[in-house]
Amino acid sequence: MNINLLEERKNSVMCNARDDARHIECGKNSAAGSVSQRACVYCGARVVLNPITDAYHIVHGPIGCSAYTWDIRGSLSSGSEVYRNSFSTDLREKDIIFGGEKKLAAAIDEIAETYSPKVIFVYSTCVVGIIGDDIDAVCKSAEERTGVRVIPVRSTGFAGNKASGYRAACDAIMDLIGDAERPEKPSGINFLGDFNLAGEMWIVKSYLTQIGITINTAITGDSSYESLKRAPGAELNIVQCAGSMHYLARLMEEKFGIPFISVSFCGVEDTSASLRTIAKLVGDSETIAKTEAFITEKAEEAERLIAPYRKRLSGKHAAIYVGGGFKAISLIKQFNDLGIKTVVVGTQTGREEEYETIKSLTDEGTIILDDSNPFELEAFIKEKKADILVGGVKERPLAYKLGVAFLDHNHERKHPLGGFVGALNFAEEADLSLLSPVWRHVKKDRGETDEKLCQLEC
Amino acid sequence: MKNFVNLNVNPCNMCMPMGAAGVFKGIEGTMVLMHGSQGCSTYIRRHIATHYNEPIDIASSSLNEKGTVYGGSENLKKALKNVIKLYGPKVIGVTTTCLAETIGEDIRRIIDEFFLEEKIVGVECVAVSSPGYGGSHYRGHYYTARKVLEHFAKTGGKSDKINVIVGCMSPGDIRHLKEILDLYELEYTLFPDISETLDGGYHREYDRLPEGGTPVAELKAMGKARATIEFGAMVSEADSPGEYLKAAFGVPLYRLPLPVGIEHTDQLMETLTILSGRDMPEKLEKERARFLDAMIDSHKYSAEGHLSVFGDPESVYAITALGLENGFKMCVAGSGPASEKLIPALKALETEYGTVFIKLEDTDFETIAGHVTETGTDLLVGSSDGAFMTEKYGIPLIRTGFPVHDRIGAQRKIMIGYFGSMQLLDEMTNTVLAEKHDHFRKHLFTEYGQAKEG
Repeated sequence: MNINLLEERKNSVMCNARDDARHIECGKNSAAGSVSQRACVYCGARVVLNPITDAYHIVHGPIGCSAYTWDIRGSLSSGSEVYRNSFSTDLREKDIIFGGEKKLAAAIDEIAETYSPKVIFVYSTCVVGIIGDDIDAVCKSAEERTGVRVIPVRSTGFAGNKASGYRAACDAIMDLIGDAERPEKPSGINFLGDFNLAGEMWIVKSYLTQIGITINTAITGDSSYESLKRAPGAELNIVQCAGSMHYLARLMEEKFGIPFISVSFCGVEDTSASLRTIAKLVGDSETIAKTEAFITEKAEEAERLIAPYRKRLSGKHAAIYVGGGFKAISLIKQFNDLGIKTVVVGTQTGREEEYETIKSLTDEGTIILDDSNPFELEAFIKEKKADILVGGVKERPLAYKLGVAFLDHNHERKHPLGGFVGALNFAEEADLSLLSPVWRHVKKDRGETDEKLCQLEC
Repeated sequence: MKNFVNLNVNPCNMCMPMGAAGVFKGIEGTMVLMHGSQGCSTYIRRHIATHYNEPIDIASSSLNEKGTVYGGSENLKKALKNVIKLYGPKVIGVTTTCLAETIGEDIRRIIDEFFLEEKIVGVECVAVSSPGYGGSHYRGHYYTARKVLEHFAKTGGKSDKINVIVGCMSPGDIRHLKEILDLYELEYTLFPDISETLDGGYHREYDRLPEGGTPVAELKAMGKARATIEFGAMVSEADSPGEYLKAAFGVPLYRLPLPVGIEHTDQLMETLTILSGRDMPEKLEKERARFLDAMIDSHKYSAEGHLSVFGDPESVYAITALGLENGFKMCVAGSGPASEKLIPALKALETEYGTVFIKLEDTDFETIAGHVTETGTDLLVGSSDGAFMTEKYGIPLIRTGFPVHDRIGAQRKIMIGYFGSMQLLDEMTNTVLAEKHDHFRKHLFTEYGQAKEG
């Protein structure tokens, strides 16, 4: 690679080589001025807790923190829509000088009096961490005063990175669950780390129902105060978004003795493997047989529908830049399934073991990045001649300016990318962008010809 | 002016650093650096990126606990160094955030130290104090523009140019404004100019610092201009960049409302006539005649519409005026950002048109939505943040202003001048017409056709 990297970034950028035993440097705070794509502690906490549908989310801080996170996730609800509102104490200059505790207490009271909330989350932000408002104490006394669960979320923006925010959210969930006793005969499974984006949790739930397995509660997609309280009753936790929920699974194992496994419902391969593992762990021989039949039927159907896309897309090259490691791993497999080779892959908050998996799944020469930035993405997309980038909202315009196709794998998505149906949507979206006639005009503009397109048209 | 005293429910407002970022994006070769925690820059980038559909690179000093306790000087210096290495900017716009401001960072001193230590030449660095709690994105825009001029425009003098200072206008609007200025054959400096930087074309080579923006040399000469036009009728004197040029160098100032609607656009044209010594160019005369003709064509249909407008004070005032001029029944005019001048200005419109409507500033969407439903609003004009009112109450929304997250093309939308006003008016009237045409048969049948039977 001939890219002039920042000194602080050199160990977080790797070119995959089998004889290179170095580990990528990950999980660090972002380098100043590197233009990291990560957000902050508060963001991490907010995205994890936001899907709890009947919760009142109060952002204790200035207006921006509330404005930029209002209803930004595509998490769906089968019940309450309260979570789609953004409540803020809207701190101003005088609150910063005199402290915001009184305002926060009054804000909680206003909500408690106006609505009949079951639970209120109070998020700490940067400025609150500095002026030293004692959110824990305010929440505690508010609980005593109002009789409503008021849970502090220790998400002071600068106190770590996005992953610290995930942990703050998990701590808040543990606080909500409380000291419930585990039933003698636990049943059903908890689905951790799915946020019901575009109904993806519902899709997985329907698969599990069809093979005879019940979801006890999902955390946090389409969850509610009551459903989360039921969490200790499960016999197994399945964890999808490990980046955000591995920590919660560990806490629940320690406190309630619930074992956990990692799963992924991205792509046909991972969805099938996950269903199989779950059936083996919590089902009997009948469940296992049912699961095999279900997978065969679904995978065959998916294969039949995806095969035409493979023909059209095979040979293309992909770049991946997403939030978590589990997603990157699944995406590499999904691209492989379509005959698309991943040439650049990075994440914002991937963990070391996930990067090892990524290394084993990709070819030598593939660029692997932790906490990357537009400068590097641009350079490597160009150097590795990627045809498509998969990423979030901020990465999309960069891809387009580089004349590269794009697949939205963001948390605002409006169509599911999970499960068997998601694998098909994934192929379809990749096809829509990669083979759009618009690139013909772009290539003409650049003075290039697109042989692949010509062939298809002939 | 909110339903709740201690709560803002669903903000119709963003923070100061957002406004600051928008201004710096309008200066040639500029990179923005936010001194604070990593989230501020990322959230703001995401918000801007979905609106403009352009790559938005904003750096952060990524302050963490250590920097917060011991001071963020090391982080800020490292950030400056890295930004220079990665982007090679001509200008770096450094803004503070809640965090940097509260721990009392003296960013000017840190920046100056850095430039001395590293012996850096050829890069200008502007520092702006913009805590998130210090005001809205709207205030942040004007305040930052003023600080930029205080930094660059240090001398007075004489030049034939005029200054044109714009508010939170779309790149499309700014390009249209330039066409108008060119028709009057005026020499001007337009600032901040995002017309190319935030709405660029596709080019064979991607430029991470896109072309366009107000050149620094022009910023430096703004104190010499023979007049300033500032589109910012609702902003306080203390935050107005034009007031600075007037006070410091005696540059005469024309503060105008956003030229939306016939009266406000006439006001602009009259000012341009004064400054250029030319009558209205023929092309604009024709556009004006066509707009007036369009107003006549629309007036009866418009008058059936019950209009509510929300956004920043400038667009709320201007679009309210456009609505009233065409006979819309005005229901709610609500600004998220605070403005002392907005309510009196709206009151004057009430008197002029003999009507009364709900006027809000420093408000939130919870409050706006409450009034919208009470007043029987059937047409909304504002940012896509108001789209929940379409989802919840079925009231159509015409998307204007910032941000528009759920539609393409907000950056190209033109609503200023006779031409732009006509386009927006058509869109507003057609929305009222569509509702009528799509439902009148059913309504009339329900009302008269079936009722008589039993």
